[in-house]
Amino acid sequence: MQAENLTEILRQQPFLAGLSPAHMEVLVGCASNVHFAEGANLIHEGHLANKFYLIRTGRVALETDINARGRIRIQTVGPGEVLGWSWLVRPYRWHFNGLAVADVRAVALDGECLRNKSENDHDFGYEMLSRLSLVMERRLEATRMQLLDLYTIAPRVSE
Amino acid sequence: MTHEAHHVAIERVDPLLVHPVTIKKVTWETDDTFTLDINLGEFAEGYSFRPGQFNMLYVFGLGEAAISISSDAAEPEALAHTIHRVGTVTTGLAHLKRGDMIGLRGPYGSSWPIDVARGKDVCIVAGGIGLAPLRPVMYALFRERKAFERIILLYGARSPLDLLYRVELEEWSKEHNVEVLVTVDRGDSSWKGHIGVVTNLFTYLKIDARATVAYVCGPETMMKYTIDELERRGLQESQIFLSMERNMKCAVGFCGHCQYGPEFICKDGPVFELPRIRPLLEKKEL
Amino acid sequence: MHILDSSDLHVLFETLSSRGYTVVGPTVRGEAIVYDQLRTVEDLPRGFRDEQSPAHYALKRDDEDLFFGFVVGPQSWKKYLYPPRLTLFSAAKSGKGFTVSTSLAESPPRKLAFFGVRPCELAAIAIQDRVFTAGEYVDPTYKMMRENVFIVAVNCTVTGANCFCASLGTGPEARSGYDIVLTEMKQAGRHYFTVASGSERGESVLGALPGAKAGAEQEKAAGETLRTAAASQLKHMASDLAPQLLKDNFEHPRWDDVAKRCLACTNCTMVCPTCFCSTVEDSTDLSGARAERTRRWDSCFTMDFTKVAGGNIRPSTRARYRQWLTHKLSNWVDQFGTSGCVGCGRCITWCPAGIDITAEVDAIRGTGPQEEGVAHAS
Repeated sequence: MQAENLTEILRQQPFLAGLSPAHMEVLVGCASNVHFAEGANLIHEGHLANKFYLIRTGRVALETDINARGRIRIQTVGPGEVLGWSWLVRPYRWHFNGLAVADVRAVALDGECLRNKSENDHDFGYEMLSRLSLVMERRLEATRMQLLDLYTIAPRVSE
Repeated sequence: MTHEAHHVAIERVDPLLVHPVTIKKVTWETDDTFTLDINLGEFAEGYSFRPGQFNMLYVFGLGEAAISISSDAAEPEALAHTIHRVGTVTTGLAHLKRGDMIGLRGPYGSSWPIDVARGKDVCIVAGGIGLAPLRPVMYALFRERKAFERIILLYGARSPLDLLYRVELEEWSKEHNVEVLVTVDRGDSSWKGHIGVVTNLFTYLKIDARATVAYVCGPETMMKYTIDELERRGLQESQIFLSMERNMKCAVGFCGHCQYGPEFICKDGPVFELPRIRPLLEKKEL
Repeated sequence: MHILDSSDLHVLFETLSSRGYTVVGPTVRGEAIVYDQLRTVEDLPRGFRDEQSPAHYALKRDDEDLFFGFVVGPQSWKKYLYPPRLTLFSAAKSGKGFTVSTSLAESPPRKLAFFGVRPCELAAIAIQDRVFTAGEYVDPTYKMMRENVFIVAVNCTVTGANCFCASLGTGPEARSGYDIVLTEMKQAGRHYFTVASGSERGESVLGALPGAKAGAEQEKAAGETLRTAAASQLKHMASDLAPQLLKDNFEHPRWDDVAKRCLACTNCTMVCPTCFCSTVEDSTDLSGARAERTRRWDSCFTMDFTKVAGGNIRPSTRARYRQWLTHKLSNWVDQFGTSGCVGCGRCITWCPAGIDITAEVDAIRGTGPQEEGVAHAS
């Protein structure tokens, strides 16, 4: 895939809105276009986390196995959203499986590449981190809402 | 005035008198939510309601519960209520079978203002049992489908097992050109749909803020987050309507229980335009 | 204006009885003056006065020997118009279903004459009239009771230490809402009542009374007595400021302060002549074949008042006290066009903690006595 086409694709991702052309060029060096068929895993629980994905089409379900309860899905990530930040923090391991529940087209960004470029160019690093902070903040807020179990009328919490 | 005539006159005048009606059909939607189709019998004459209103349903000897009407307002004789079993009276209602008798009075309350959405996009955001009082809105929009532009439904439930009206949701999407986005708080390997909070579904939509009217119903916290999200996308307060809930005993503004600030939810609500209750939403333990 | 000698008061009484009214009014019962059926004027609390202050009520004997030398007791006329317990309907199993019947269709209501209604109470009755008969829905029991009531009002020539009707414009002189109004006077050794009518049927009853037309001196004396009573009131309510003040101070520290004192005992709501909250009880007989639905007085101070599936909207006493006061002085104006308070002072007298709503409002305004650690309103 040509670098300019990739740049065009990246420019359309909401996550990268407002990124300067110079920083976009830095980013493209770590980017590749990927495709996962329905049923394939983008990420594996416990494995080394070295990529982060900007989803273009399709849907990824984050899932894990709970004893006796079986396979539970706790979140889906869709077009315009971001999958994965475990590449940012040691020990760089995924905590969930990410299963393509529909055909997925995405841009994969190499974690090690991004970490190196951020070390060398702190301005670039700041751009990545501030965008990721926003994603994490929204995700945390949403997760807390899910945790509140609002649709259950009388959850037992204490005596 | 004969005794009988006097009795009839009082019945029409007494807003607290219940009317005996029977159950036409019981449908279990989920393991704790069911729909009762009501046969109004003699009470059918002159009975009509608007989307968003509720009836008080009486179980002999147990008491009453305020339940939103979830059927088509254009067919009042096909009256139905989708009920979440949470307390004594709703559990009593859950034990009923076809042919059983309950008491009914109503309809009460304010309704979803559908006329303001003419020529515009309609965005309906429902959480949990909140879809039940919004279903009549959907039916009303379908009756004049061309009078409205996009119809978007964002619906969130706890899990796939808790989803209401699953077959209808498909119909709405296919036959009435409704953009239906459904999400659950958690799923299992058989669920391929969205998983996450209902407000996150906005990520997958582009809405025209200036030409959208939003109707929101669900747990209060969910409604507050939804309002934030709608405003983040450019909607004005006056374009947003919500349905509030409080303990109700009389439904006619006499018992005082449903007061929400100065509003009686039974008669000033349950449907409110956001500007009217904005200052109240922010208050704790109101 | 008419003059009725005190020895002729019984004629008014008997005229009302002869016209089919059951006379109810103040009478001494135990250690308080309550409202009950009066057989003769002798049942009135003649010679009694009531000593009231926060959390205090005591009956004392008085040399003045007035028929109405007291103000208000723990009861109000709502016990008749809006009874504490009322059967709304009964239902009986019938085949697979049940039938419903209402007792409203049975006997017509009693014709009552309220004998001795204070101006603040007239205001309270007018307020409840608005709640129950002037809105979209009408309470048929209240309406029926109300239409059959004859009101003999009594202006307050003495004032209680907890009274603040003057600052609300609800007393101590009655302006309207009565059939007949009396002002009890003792002047130059004479004990008499000035009497005026406020309606056609009041005028008709007035016509049956002995006595003569009042002279200018007597009218003036009555007016002055009432003005003196008004001026001697110790408490004041800033009723014009209260509505916005309470809306603006939802999180004022004073609410924490009052919550420490309030026992949530519900006395204030029971004695208040305008409080109208109610609940319904459904019950069956032992066989389960008959069911009844009863309305009874409720209070926003109870733990269950705002119970919803899964919890309670106002679990703290702080929130419940705030709700009561804000409803009474602020929300009521939005709902019914007037304040819900008439300045009768009952809530102050009968609160075991002696909470004074006029002082609470002043404290939120920042004009009352400040306690340590309580911040001023900004």
